[in-house]
Amino acid sequence: MAMTSHVLEHQDFSAFMRDGEDGRPSIDLLVKGARCAACLSKIEREVAAMPSVSSARLNLTTGKLSVAFERGRDDAGAVLERLGSLGYPATPFDPAKALAAHDAEGRRLSMALGVAAFGAGNAMMFSVPIWAGLFGQELGPATRTLMQWMSAVIAAPCAIYAGMPFFTSAWRSLRKGRANMDVPISIGVILTLLISFVETVLGGADTYFDAAVSLLFLLLIGRWLDHRLRANARSAASDLLAMQAPAAVVVGGGGVEHRTPLDDIRAGDLLLVRPGERIPVDGVVEGGVSELDNALLTGETVPVRVGADDICRAGALNLTGTLRLRATARSEDSAVAAIARLVEAGAQSRSLYVRLADKAAALYVPVVHSAAAITFLGGWALGLGPREALLRAVAVLIITCPCALGLAVPAVQITASARLFRRGVLVKSGAALERLAEVDHVVFDKTGVLTEGRPRLLDPIPAAIAMAAPLARASAHPLARALSAQAGVSSLAEDVTETPGQGVEGWIAGRRARLGRAGFVGVPGAAPSETELWFGFDDDTKIRFAFADAIRPDAAETIAALRQRGLSVEMLSGDLAAPVAKVAAALGVENWRAGLTPAEKSEAIAARGRDGRRVLMVGDGLNDAPALANAHAAMAPGSALDASQNAADLVFSGEGLGAVVAAFDVARSARRRALENFAFAALYNLIAAPAAMFGFINPFVAALAMSGSSLAVTLNALRTGRGRTS
Amino acid sequence: MSIFMLLAPLSVMIALVGLGAFWWTLRSGQYDDPMGDASRILIEDPLDRPDGREA
Repeated sequence: MAMTSHVLEHQDFSAFMRDGEDGRPSIDLLVKGARCAACLSKIEREVAAMPSVSSARLNLTTGKLSVAFERGRDDAGAVLERLGSLGYPATPFDPAKALAAHDAEGRRLSMALGVAAFGAGNAMMFSVPIWAGLFGQELGPATRTLMQWMSAVIAAPCAIYAGMPFFTSAWRSLRKGRANMDVPISIGVILTLLISFVETVLGGADTYFDAAVSLLFLLLIGRWLDHRLRANARSAASDLLAMQAPAAVVVGGGGVEHRTPLDDIRAGDLLLVRPGERIPVDGVVEGGVSELDNALLTGETVPVRVGADDICRAGALNLTGTLRLRATARSEDSAVAAIARLVEAGAQSRSLYVRLADKAAALYVPVVHSAAAITFLGGWALGLGPREALLRAVAVLIITCPCALGLAVPAVQITASARLFRRGVLVKSGAALERLAEVDHVVFDKTGVLTEGRPRLLDPIPAAIAMAAPLARASAHPLARALSAQAGVSSLAEDVTETPGQGVEGWIAGRRARLGRAGFVGVPGAAPSETELWFGFDDDTKIRFAFADAIRPDAAETIAALRQRGLSVEMLSGDLAAPVAKVAAALGVENWRAGLTPAEKSEAIAARGRDGRRVLMVGDGLNDAPALANAHAAMAPGSALDASQNAADLVFSGEGLGAVVAAFDVARSARRRALENFAFAALYNLIAAPAAMFGFINPFVAALAMSGSSLAVTLNALRTGRGRTS
Repeated sequence: MSIFMLLAPLSVMIALVGLGAFWWTLRSGQYDDPMGDASRILIEDPLDRPDGREA
């Protein structure tokens, strides 16, 4: 965003300030583009060197810079300006959101993991002598009981602390009348601990304290990986949200400009929107002339001119002139918010999706628990005695406890998302990968997805471009930018003045020249068009430049690759029929619709879903957001608006559409690995459960079998995403 | 056997110290910025202190 120094310095940032340590005012800023050690040291040094700043610390992982000011000298505008001049655009971060980002659950899980590791390691120390006793080594009953007590004292408190995440989740699920994977885990752990205590008191040989706590340790690894995956995606998503429309400039009494969070804007406020900024809320233009880019709102590629009394929709990008806007709606009543509600409805239907692991749990729980019950009742009936029968039932529960199952899916998904991340694809959740693997129909948006979403010069004539380049370079208008992108090195025109919505005028080599609309340049009789620019010196021939939205170079290749994988392809666009038909013909997509509203797009997706198709939606505009939320799986490019990125399951950066194919391949590979892991776990249980029923399992075998099966599924998970995609 | 009664609690104590150290690292936010910490070690300027003051 182009903001100049005198603009920022006179703004009021008090809405974003909070009281830091020792009462000094401080602010959290989200810094874009800081990704290396050099950036870190440059930013911290430069910002801390400012006279009003007492300290600055950048968190490179989250991209957040905490700045503390000297008392009474909180000029955040100067810091933002300094960051901008260093090449790192920054934006203030809502303190409420900053607090929410504090990852309490992650710390709780890490601590549980640490305690479980401690408990498993130290209980094992006393288990080794017990195991030795099982194999005929010299171990008297008194010593054995002593070892068991030692084991119990260490393992039991650790297991209770480390098991809490499972116990609470199991309880919540049971109260809703469902059984998730945590129910058998909790029952297994609690029963094991109880029976082991009873055995210790009665002087028996079979205690499983070490097994209970090492089971929790292995499961917590899976839980922790899953949490990391979600937390990373969540923080990336909330950063995007903060980056795009964090605040608006409200002009108060006396012309003072306040930077105000979006939620605090009321109808009737006077807003200032500079070129390069987005319209924060719906409003009516009071002063200024400009052009608005609605591409992300409606999918239209052509900018719209606005002047006094015109209506502006929230989310449109202001291109050329500064606008004074009278807000007509609050943020949550704006046009964007209506779309947001459609998104929410779609997201709710998607949350009904049952994850692979929970499907497995639904099968697993009744089978294993009835097997344990049969062992107990059958053993007792066949004359084993209640204590021996109960011990065997518990052995069944322990040996089949879903260690491998708990790791089977998270280990695969974390491997898959790490592989995709290296290719520039951000996966928001494990469930997203599972849904993506099931897709059989792909719907593309046109503008910004299959096309580049910005104009490109048609039939470039080098001599003409070189002539117009000095003027084009002076303007930020998208057409002028497309023109100067085609030009090589050139000088800059002198005395340039830009008339918003018309064009630029300046002096090139002593001659006055104009670049802009036909009427502005002085071409009589030409119809005004938004896809062409005219250029000419005074009293000379005028040159016409025509532009069109270019198709991405790898679009055709991507569609072919998707078809090769057995997927059908469709295009839905909000743009006019003519440009959509042209793109569809060029790419060989027979199935397309144009001129759709956001609700129609979303309905089209839902209709496909009712026909039993599983749809992947790829879109970037705000008009795509409801469709993205309604699709079985959704992807958005990194250039998309925040609402679309939030509605999407996967966000891909970079220019290439190839990420869609790569993500699909990795998702399928992940699904294959997860199913393999389930098959392995089932096979393992098929052997282990009967062994436990017939009393072949002792604490040593249980410990070996558990860690062995966990290792096997983890190693298999690491194979995810290799194969033909790499 | 009596040496066992001394050594077993001792080894548990040592492990508890380790657990305590892990708790401390967790509480003091040492896992909050793994990327930044990995980078900070590469910054050469000896005057560059994280609190921004000159050493």
